Amino acid sequence: MIELKHVQKSFRVARRSAGFSEAVKALFHREYETVHALRDVSFTIRDGEMVGYIGPNGAGKSSTIKVMSGVLTPDSGECVINGRVPWKERVAHVREIGVVFGQRSQLWWDVPVIDSFELIRDIYKVEDGAYRKTLAQLTELLQLGELIRTPARQLSLGQRMRCEIAASLLHNPKVLFLDEPTIGLDAVSKLAVRDFIRAINRENGTTVILTTHDMQDIEALTERILLIGKGKILLDGPLSSLRDRRSPRRTLTVSYAGGRLPVDSDLTLVEEKEGRAVLSVDTDVISVSEAIARLSAKAELRDVSVAEESIDELVASLYREFSI
Amino acid sequence: MKLYLKLVAMHLKCQMQYKASFLMTCLGQFLTSFTAFLSILFLFNRFHAVEDYSFSEVLICFSVMLTAFSLAECFVRGFDVFPRLVRNGTLDRILVRPRSEIFQVLTSNIEFSRVGRLLQAFVILAYAVPTSGVAWTADRVFAVVLMLLGGVAVFSALFVLYAGFSFFTIEGLEFMNIFTDGSREFGMYPLSVYGEGVLKFYTFCIPIALFQYYPFLYLVGRSDDVRLIFLPLLGFVFLVPCYAFFRFGLRRYKSTGS
Repeated sequence: MIELKHVQKSFRVARRSAGFSEAVKALFHREYETVHALRDVSFTIRDGEMVGYIGPNGAGKSSTIKVMSGVLTPDSGECVINGRVPWKERVAHVREIGVVFGQRSQLWWDVPVIDSFELIRDIYKVEDGAYRKTLAQLTELLQLGELIRTPARQLSLGQRMRCEIAASLLHNPKVLFLDEPTIGLDAVSKLAVRDFIRAINRENGTTVILTTHDMQDIEALTERILLIGKGKILLDGPLSSLRDRRSPRRTLTVSYAGGRLPVDSDLTLVEEKEGRAVLSVDTDVISVSEAIARLSAKAELRDVSVAEESIDELVASLYREFSI
Repeated sequence: MKLYLKLVAMHLKCQMQYKASFLMTCLGQFLTSFTAFLSILFLFNRFHAVEDYSFSEVLICFSVMLTAFSLAECFVRGFDVFPRLVRNGTLDRILVRPRSEIFQVLTSNIEFSRVGRLLQAFVILAYAVPTSGVAWTADRVFAVVLMLLGGVAVFSALFVLYAGFSFFTIEGLEFMNIFTDGSREFGMYPLSVYGEGVLKFYTFCIPIALFQYYPFLYLVGRSDDVRLIFLPLLGFVFLVPCYAFFRFGLRRYKSTGS
């Protein structure tokens, strides 16, 4: 059970304009600006939930994760995770959570991964039996196999990420924070990581909180999303509610041989090039089939494809809507 | 403690991966501090004594200082490179692990290549001890041990202080080197040779003199006060405010973006 109530955190950052003279000025007199990373963040996450935490860069995603994992102390507000305040009972708290910082490694660079795993086992004081069981499960699910006998520096990014995730789960945490786990991974590795996160959530009942910019991650993994912008939670609900916000517009891409396309306010032309046109249609006004009928009446169509707004575009339009 | 040894072994394993680099750093460390030794040697070739202190007496000072410093640098290196831990986010990782921050910072970096400097310090100490003309009674041996311990404590405290500063400014902590490296260089001679002011500074502000100068007086028989032997223990007291400062900084930790 994770509960955040009105969490606030601000930083003071020094600002100056570009240029050498400005740099010299800043040496003597510095202008500070307060950046409100978190203005008012409140939400509750039940045990075993999988939550996607999205928002543009700098919205406060990582700060929230850091507050929840006990790295940062907020200025005000409450945060209780499994009955503990993270920054007050840090050691007891972190024993029950796993954190993957997508861009930072926790493996020792020069030794085989298994050596790192064993050290992590000792750091978390995991019992030998439990460790072996967890390791076997992780090895199977993440297909680590021979990887764990390879030094971390010789692993590819995808392989290393799989090992990182395994390393964060060796102590079988109740809550797993994933900060951009699929960043920079190829399609196959992404799929493997996603399958794994699903499996660990289903089999061990691990609560998963995932920040990402990859909307396919969100679509594949989470039922619930939290949208944060400028330090505030803007949207909290199931993914389907996000889908309902999807605009009724459809994009038609047509190739045509002759004739002229009938374009009006219901059926607008986005771009046109050498017999290929992209049109946008508002399905609240005319249906897709009617649009196609209109087009084929005036022009000789060779090919038609219909696309709905992708979840990426949806999120982009959400960002616009909340002007973040 | 078992975990500490395991982590030490891990660092050793990692550093052994790069044999040539390891050996060369050792050698480099040896040479840099060897030049300091040479400077003393040349100086005494000309002057025979600095403020009544003979060559071998100064060597005791020098080697105690160097040993204490290299021991601290070897095992408390984590605090010495602490700004780096803050900057690259290793501290975040440390904070999400269920062990004390101090323990993890200490084990985040153990520099075995300092062995070069340490070895030299020991060699000089081994040379200075018999040739200094000191009557090596049990209390004097004890004094040297306390001097070394106190020295490690004071330098460790300085590293911790240095680490504490890095919470407030991520760059530009070079000025702290005045206190760490500077103290080491100053401390190669008995501190009284620099005059009253410097001695007072190093007694009350940065307690280098507590483990270097005062017990040294007893050691070479310039003072009969046995209490001087125990002054290095005050070096451990110096750890308290430094650690408190570090804790204070940690509370205000900002983390860096990811």
